[in-house]
Amino acid sequence: MDVALLLRMAAEGFGGRVALGPRHGGPAEALTYERLYELSRRAGRWLAGRDAGHAVLVGVNSPAVPLLLFGAAFARVPMVPLNYRLADERLAAVLRRVVPGVAVTDSAFAERVRTSPDGLVQADTETFLKAIAETAPADEDAPDPEGIAVLLFTSGTTGEPKAAVLRHRHLASYVVSTVEFMGADEDEATLVSVPPYHIAGVSAVLTSVYAGRRIVQLPSFDPREWVRLAAEERVTHAMVVPTMLGRILDALPAGGRPLPALRALSYGGGRMPVPVIERAMRLLPHVDFVNAYGLTETSSTIAVLGPDDHRAALGGDDQDVRRRLGSVGVPVPSVEVEIRDTSGRPLPAGQAGEIWVRGEQVAGEYLDRRAIRPDGWFPTRDEGRLDDAGYLFVEGRLDDVIVRGGENISPGEIEDVLAAHPAVADAAVVGLPDTEWGERVVAAVVLRDGHAPDAAELQDWVRGRLRSSRTPEHVAFRTGLPYTDTGKLLRRELRAELLGEQEESMP
Amino acid sequence: MILRIGSRLRSAVCEAEVVVVRSSGGEVDLRCGGRPMLGIDDPAPEGAAPDSGFAAGVLLGKRYVDAGGGFELLCTRPGAGSLAVADEPLGIKDAKPLPSSD
Repeated sequence: MDVALLLRMAAEGFGGRVALGPRHGGPAEALTYERLYELSRRAGRWLAGRDAGHAVLVGVNSPAVPLLLFGAAFARVPMVPLNYRLADERLAAVLRRVVPGVAVTDSAFAERVRTSPDGLVQADTETFLKAIAETAPADEDAPDPEGIAVLLFTSGTTGEPKAAVLRHRHLASYVVSTVEFMGADEDEATLVSVPPYHIAGVSAVLTSVYAGRRIVQLPSFDPREWVRLAAEERVTHAMVVPTMLGRILDALPAGGRPLPALRALSYGGGRMPVPVIERAMRLLPHVDFVNAYGLTETSSTIAVLGPDDHRAALGGDDQDVRRRLGSVGVPVPSVEVEIRDTSGRPLPAGQAGEIWVRGEQVAGEYLDRRAIRPDGWFPTRDEGRLDDAGYLFVEGRLDDVIVRGGENISPGEIEDVLAAHPAVADAAVVGLPDTEWGERVVAAVVLRDGHAPDAAELQDWVRGRLRSSRTPEHVAFRTGLPYTDTGKLLRRELRAELLGEQEESMP
Repeated sequence: MILRIGSRLRSAVCEAEVVVVRSSGGEVDLRCGGRPMLGIDDPAPEGAAPDSGFAAGVLLGKRYVDAGGGFELLCTRPGAGSLAVADEPLGIKDAKPLPSSD
């Protein structure tokens, strides 16, 4: 199975439906599935004619995203969407890893790619879109299921970006096992606002094509633009990362019933503060909320908290059911999940450990090494636990665990408690070196407007709810916390800042 | 034949193609239109047509399962024949769609 097969099925099953573009667009703006399939085959031949070992994209969301994704499949090369927000040196370092290749580049980023290494041919995005229309279509032969469909450089919040390998069979398995073919009604449309270099940007294209749901693209995220486009295009479905959701809620028009066409809003890619999702459910009561947990290495979603669980949690009296709003739900049927201790032994429900997963969609592989075990199990490096009913709670990255006096402390647990304080808008917790304890717990807190609690009040708040070893020894007040544009907290950066400040303040 | 996950098969008597999405790995007498199915690249005999009792059709994008739950096929190209294990027709799997998460 391969990703081109998914598009061929769509073109054969509902070729006349609009795949991509505006609701009332002409044929130049709105591509049907038939046309998308044909143009992808043309893109495949265009790529194949350039000896491109990699189909690189340095650009925002545009028709070039699906055309390069499917075109690369026909050309039998990986599609490599790059993070155009990387600093110059880091982008250059990544570009050196994707030669030989063709880099389809938005004109806004042309200067940044111009100094690229030998073997990387730059093509302007507009030029690419015109050129493929004049190229003959590639043969329909299926690419090798073992071939690499997409190469994604992970955000690298903890070091050098890792090149995650997603083979055709992983992505195609993900789509056919979690999405019903032609499952979308003809009036459904999804708004893609995560960037193309995020796994959710890739999977949104694939699952929407297979479901028959029209794709509306937001070139790059802006909350007002998101709300405007969602209303104008009568968007029914969308996926956002947690930092986007709060900003969208702030941008909703006051009063009335905003976004009446919106049916389902899914979120994932990081921890969602419970107060934010509760606010979202109150402001958009007609919308089905879905929490999706997944990793780049697992071809996107592996666990889902569905709309019914959200409503039961918000309205319920049962503490276990209420707590589930902080979970990522239950594994999808095609994926197994286990919690294991550091020696790899499975742990019973209720105990925290490393999250391991297995399934056809699990790739668990990087360009330079395989993390997946021969028996198919993949250690995610995420910490979590399952409750008695099988709901998965994700605590955070194992690499972020604070070790204080031999005790393992998850920052996520303390962050959740701080975020529940009425004066706190955002909170992050890190461990800083400590001569006595090895590490000490330090919090960075952003306050809501009009609130001014002191550090002691927040420390008492945590101490009253968690063990005293989890109480931050220092609370730093900030105006904002450092995030990547896809909503991942830059802990390393925050830790370095806090460390610098603390050293300065030492006598 | 042994069904392996990811394997693609074609009908010997119509246009139908399927991919194996789940399999316990056992030996299966898988047929379409009454005739054994072929590997995706195997040539089909010319002029063949589905047997009359096995001509209900295979539908694009539908999942087909055997009564014992041993395997699951996804139809990737529709055809006039119908799928069966020996003479036992396969059933269409009920769609229990997950909420959209992308």
